[in-house]
Amino acid sequence: MLLEIQNLHVSVDGNEILKGVDLALDRGEVHAIMGPNGSGKSTLAQVLAGREEYEVTEGRILYDGEDLLEMAPEERAREGIFLAFQYPVEIPGVSNTYFLKAALNAIRKHRGEPAIDAMDFLALVREKMKLVKMEETLLNRPVNEGFSGGEKKRNEIFHMSVLDPTLAVLDETDSGLDIDALRIVADGVSSLRGPERAFLVITHYQRILNYIVPDRVHVLVDGRIVQSGGPELAEELEVKGYGWAEEHLAAQAAGAPAGA
Amino acid sequence: MGADAMAAVTEEIRKSETPESSFLAGYGELERARAGRESEAVAKLRRRGIERFAELGFPSMRQEEWRFTNVAPIAKGDFHRVGPGTEVGTRTAPEGAVEPWLIESAGTHLVFVDGQLAPEHSDLAGLPPGTVLSGLGDALLEHPELVEAHLARHASFEAHPFVALNTGHMAEGAFLFVPPRALVTEPIHVLYYSTGATDAQGRPAVAYPRNLMILGEAAQATLVETYAGPEGVEYFNCPVTEIVCGPAAVLDHYKMQQESTGAFHMATFQLHQERGSSYALHSISLGGALVRNDVNTRLDGPGCESILNGLYMVRGRQFVDHHMKVEHAAPHCHSFELFKGILDERSRAVFNGLIHVHPGAQKTDAKQSNQNLLLSDQALVNSHPQLLIFADDVRCTHGSTVGQLDDDAVFYLRSRGIGDEAARSLLVYAFASDIVGRIKVSELRRDLEEFLFTRLPKGEVVRQAV
Repeated sequence: MLLEIQNLHVSVDGNEILKGVDLALDRGEVHAIMGPNGSGKSTLAQVLAGREEYEVTEGRILYDGEDLLEMAPEERAREGIFLAFQYPVEIPGVSNTYFLKAALNAIRKHRGEPAIDAMDFLALVREKMKLVKMEETLLNRPVNEGFSGGEKKRNEIFHMSVLDPTLAVLDETDSGLDIDALRIVADGVSSLRGPERAFLVITHYQRILNYIVPDRVHVLVDGRIVQSGGPELAEELEVKGYGWAEEHLAAQAAGAPAGA
Repeated sequence: MGADAMAAVTEEIRKSETPESSFLAGYGELERARAGRESEAVAKLRRRGIERFAELGFPSMRQEEWRFTNVAPIAKGDFHRVGPGTEVGTRTAPEGAVEPWLIESAGTHLVFVDGQLAPEHSDLAGLPPGTVLSGLGDALLEHPELVEAHLARHASFEAHPFVALNTGHMAEGAFLFVPPRALVTEPIHVLYYSTGATDAQGRPAVAYPRNLMILGEAAQATLVETYAGPEGVEYFNCPVTEIVCGPAAVLDHYKMQQESTGAFHMATFQLHQERGSSYALHSISLGGALVRNDVNTRLDGPGCESILNGLYMVRGRQFVDHHMKVEHAAPHCHSFELFKGILDERSRAVFNGLIHVHPGAQKTDAKQSNQNLLLSDQALVNSHPQLLIFADDVRCTHGSTVGQLDDDAVFYLRSRGIGDEAARSLLVYAFASDIVGRIKVSELRRDLEEFLFTRLPKGEVVRQAV
């Protein structure tokens, strides 16, 4: 198993956000996590990436059998975890290419490979840019500075494709995208699907899952996964809404049989 | 007052044992050594300077202009001078000490060692005909009318104790004259190297470089000033630089302050700009224990442009103070100031930026920005922008920021595989690169980048990335 989340409890500033999450994801799989606002989706993404403000109070996360929570954010990235941010950060003064080169070299160094040759890097970058139909001018601009919402999201997928992760976590990469941009992002992700790579697609809406068809769908409500199923679960949610999932949770709490 | 009478006065002050006393010492000897090598007008300026310093004394923190800057470490010090009329006479730099500071791409080099001209290190062969670059001492003999037309006419010693002190001891420094319409293509480099050597009584050295740079009408040049010394040694550098840009002259000016972190550096720079001239300063301040840069520009004719860029980067217990005064005295002038500071450990910085728009200076466009990055909880900045506007059709903006590295940005970089230290260094580099990137002399830009790669933790990661 590539990723195993066991009874994960997470607090932020003393408020418990995740209240016992269990999840298992293997190489070659795409899982979607769906849930309403405030259900803890982004918290889960940030904890996987190693954000220190989030306090894990209980449970554990195994990544390739190793204790993920013991690893610093940069170690996780070097071990193949990539988080596409919901809100990519603008970094004035750091050019997009410089940043990507530094990141790629850090990962290569970890794997015992030499720093990438400037020409090879340029070739790689050019190839991957086509994948997300990104304009070359965005390469030399400071990271995300002045990028439109869609450009930022595409830039995240571009970074992902250059860094070639084993586990990619997409935190609401679809939100705020028009249909064309959504298609570009989804195509980018689909082209990276493969037997060695796993995706965790976190989303509020079912729409992106028309393009990236998941193997499993999990519904996160109030810090707990209340339902898991195949891709049809996403469609069911789209029709019935999160209210239905919340009722499901209430029913579970009352001890009634689930999904009746 | 005659020289003897003055000597009596200084002797009187010396006996009273004020902090100023030791800084008045040697005035009489200097005046005798200079006799016959300059006009009475210059001797009179020096006399007025030393008198004014004796009256003003060292500034106290009760004075508005010195509110955050404690000069007691200088006032309490006991320093020796080098040069004519002193016991030391001349001093040579140790073998190989000067060369690392020379800029290879410069066409000419004028080098001073402990305030005295060092012809053995200087190379003036590349100067175009008509352009003069020499020690001030020689210029006073050879071009008295050129020098006296401007010397001490721009940098006022009436209100500023360190300008008065410098004027009272002025004898040597750099003199540059670029004749009208001349174009000096290669950078002119002036290096002020301090050895850190002490005298027989163990006293560190003080130097009072007095610099005068004159660009004639439509002349163009690039000037690089470097102040440097070996790491850790103590000395006091008190330069005053006056620059005159004639009509339509263009000057690109770099000041690299890389003194020993044990040194005191109290510098005043006064620029006088005539109509249509264009001036750019890049002031990089990295060294010194206690540093003050007074940067005063006067845009005195219509259509002038003044660009003032600066970067200070300090750590330990370093203290750096920039006092900027931009005077718009004529209409249709532009001034753009961007000073950035990076402070680590227990260092402190002061930035005081005044834009003064005189009556009649309509259509002034003046911008000023001071941005500071604190890398430690113990570092401290006092930033104080000021506007004084006496014209009604102007555009003036100013702003100052003090902040720390953005945690979100650090996490974002780390989540892509860049280590914590390297992520922080990359962000610091990015902050500085705004100023570094504006340096047009590529050798200086590379030197500064190299400095940053060496100074910043995990700098090699930054070097690879950029």
